Amino acid sequence: MNFFEFAGSVLPRFLGAVGITLELTAVGIGAGLVLGLLLALTRVYANRVVSGIANVYIQFMRGTPLVIQVLVIYFGLPPYFKAIGLKPLSSLAAGCLAMALNSAAYQAEYIRGAIQAISSGQMQAARSMGMTKTQAVRHVILPQALRIVLPSWSNELIYTLLYSSTVYFIGLEELSYASMKIAAKSGRVLDSYIVAGVMYLILVVFLSRVLAYAEARLRIPGLAIEERAR
Amino acid sequence: MSAATKHDLGDVILRVEDLHKRYGKDEILRGVTFELRRGETKVVIGPSGTGKSTLLRCINQLSVPDKGRVWLEDVEITHARTNINRVRAQIGFVFQDFNLFNHLTALHNVSLGLIKVKKMPKGAALRRAREELARVGLAAKENSYPAELSGGQKQRVSIARALAMDPKLILFDEPTSALDPELIGEVLEVMIQLARGGMTMIVVSHEMGFARAVADRIIFMEGGGILEEGTPSDLFTCPRCERTGQFLRKITELYGETDGQ
Amino acid sequence: MSAAEILWQNVRPLFGALPVTLEVLGLLLVIGLTLGTVLAFAQAYGRRPLRYLCIGYEQLFRGIPPLVVLLFYWGVLQSFDTPRVLVAALALGMRSAAYQSQIFRGAIQAVPPGQMMAARSLGMSRLQAIRSVIVPQAFRLAIPPWTNEYSSVVKDTAFICVIGGLIDLTRQALMKVAPLSMRRPVGTQLILPYLIILGLFYLALTYGGNGLLAMLERRMRIPGFEMKGKVER
Repeated sequence: MNFFEFAGSVLPRFLGAVGITLELTAVGIGAGLVLGLLLALTRVYANRVVSGIANVYIQFMRGTPLVIQVLVIYFGLPPYFKAIGLKPLSSLAAGCLAMALNSAAYQAEYIRGAIQAISSGQMQAARSMGMTKTQAVRHVILPQALRIVLPSWSNELIYTLLYSSTVYFIGLEELSYASMKIAAKSGRVLDSYIVAGVMYLILVVFLSRVLAYAEARLRIPGLAIEERAR
Repeated sequence: MSAATKHDLGDVILRVEDLHKRYGKDEILRGVTFELRRGETKVVIGPSGTGKSTLLRCINQLSVPDKGRVWLEDVEITHARTNINRVRAQIGFVFQDFNLFNHLTALHNVSLGLIKVKKMPKGAALRRAREELARVGLAAKENSYPAELSGGQKQRVSIARALAMDPKLILFDEPTSALDPELIGEVLEVMIQLARGGMTMIVVSHEMGFARAVADRIIFMEGGGILEEGTPSDLFTCPRCERTGQFLRKITELYGETDGQ
Repeated sequence: MSAAEILWQNVRPLFGALPVTLEVLGLLLVIGLTLGTVLAFAQAYGRRPLRYLCIGYEQLFRGIPPLVVLLFYWGVLQSFDTPRVLVAALALGMRSAAYQSQIFRGAIQAVPPGQMMAARSLGMSRLQAIRSVIVPQAFRLAIPPWTNEYSSVVKDTAFICVIGGLIDLTRQALMKVAPLSMRRPVGTQLILPYLIILGLFYLALTYGGNGLLAMLERRMRIPGFEMKGKVER
């Protein structure tokens, strides 16, 4: 069997794994956005104590490997769940939760940076016409901040995709774990990882394209969408 | 040439009483008191750093004064129980650096307050916004984003934004200071139309030509207090305070009589 | 035995495994820095085919998870008797090079073009200009984003335990989780604090390193010369 025959034969299983990878990515980035937005608003607008607590969470999540966070949620927490009468999480649920909690911390920092990059005059102008602080944040600050944050957010999406492989450690059969399983079973170690690598690359290129398109569509003259850094 | 009172002034609309404000060690306002009548155009002049901008911000509470009171008609703005947002909706504010909402077109900059603060239906708000843009001569620019406008155009949009709210008075904080000299005229033109049309306004400005042409009264501030207040003819021809005369001579020398006539 | 004693008993071996993580971290940073610098200069000053080659390299390594890169390298190199630490460092280092080269290229390009012209106008050769004018400025601009990359690779080292037989911090902890959970009566409840302690090791590495780099940045600081900071992962 040459490489292509091999790739063809394992493709169905890989495609199933891609489904899990995409699910983890979507939940991670989506739920992470909601939670990250809340954290960012807390950091910027809440009182010192609450903002401080949010900061500790963010720094802890950003300073420790996702592997450990996944393990904490899958192995560390269930004994306590049991104590309060909750069922342990499935590996998929634990994986999704870990991805979301992790990505939220990163997204919070991007959004906070964007909010703080908006000149204070915008808030003053909104308040001067009688808007409440909440209205000003919602209609003036956030629409601008979220546009500024888009390039960083695109990077974050790619990271989330790549790091969804971390759930390998709790035996969830996404792309990486599937390739390891196939490698072990078929004995074609390198071919398996090459197929997996190519699939990740295709996903990355595809998502980057979609996001570049979204950025172009949402672009507003003069609203600095920073160059894609790094 | 004093155009002094072009129309009869009405009752008192705004009362400012003994305003104090300090930032850290610096006392920016040290007891400012004055009244503004309906239809009056008051121009506030004075050297920079004397609290003119702070005074405007303390009126609509963008800065909260340490002491003193402000009334809009019979509502005490400075009272803790006053709904400040309702008051601010009645006081227009035009900033030195425009502060147009960068993510919105000119049209939506003007309509946002109508929709969100005045809860006007969208269609009506947009109609009204178009009228105001036309009034400042920018009907053709309604779909432009702030970054696509010149400084003068931006400031005219921001005036339209203030006007759309049907304010009882408008506060102008050095509206032409951030503009290139050739763009100042178009903004002053709009402001002169407003003043002659009976709008109540307080204008912090260095534009002496404008002050002379349309101010009903001029306040000269220095060191956080009002040094002198009077009609343009009073102040320009025979300032009682030596300091006011000096300042007026200096500013005329520096900036000349920039248009507004 | 109290819960605290049981925990401590299991935390101690982590210190024993720490050097493995540190070795990989140090080595991968050296590999990434060296290769990243070469790639950056090739992209900033090289000819077109070379530039495309470098871009291809970057896109490849930035599009594959560190976990898969590690598995692949281990698959290739294990039959050649390569030391495991080196396999791990090579895999992560070559991946980090892709990110670092972007950082350095960005820094080189952030130095205003007038600097090169001024240097050349003094009669410096291109190479001299790069060495004595561009690099000293680019180096300073690169420190903040490089700090982010450092944090990023510290966390990536948690993946190296997929290499069979490499006992780093995370592998050591994983090996202790099962026996730990069997300790009655509180065994399973100790997993959470144990994993959090493991997290603190990485936290110390991340923020310790960041602190040192911030110090370096301050020492090298030139008034009025800085690139606007940007939060990066």
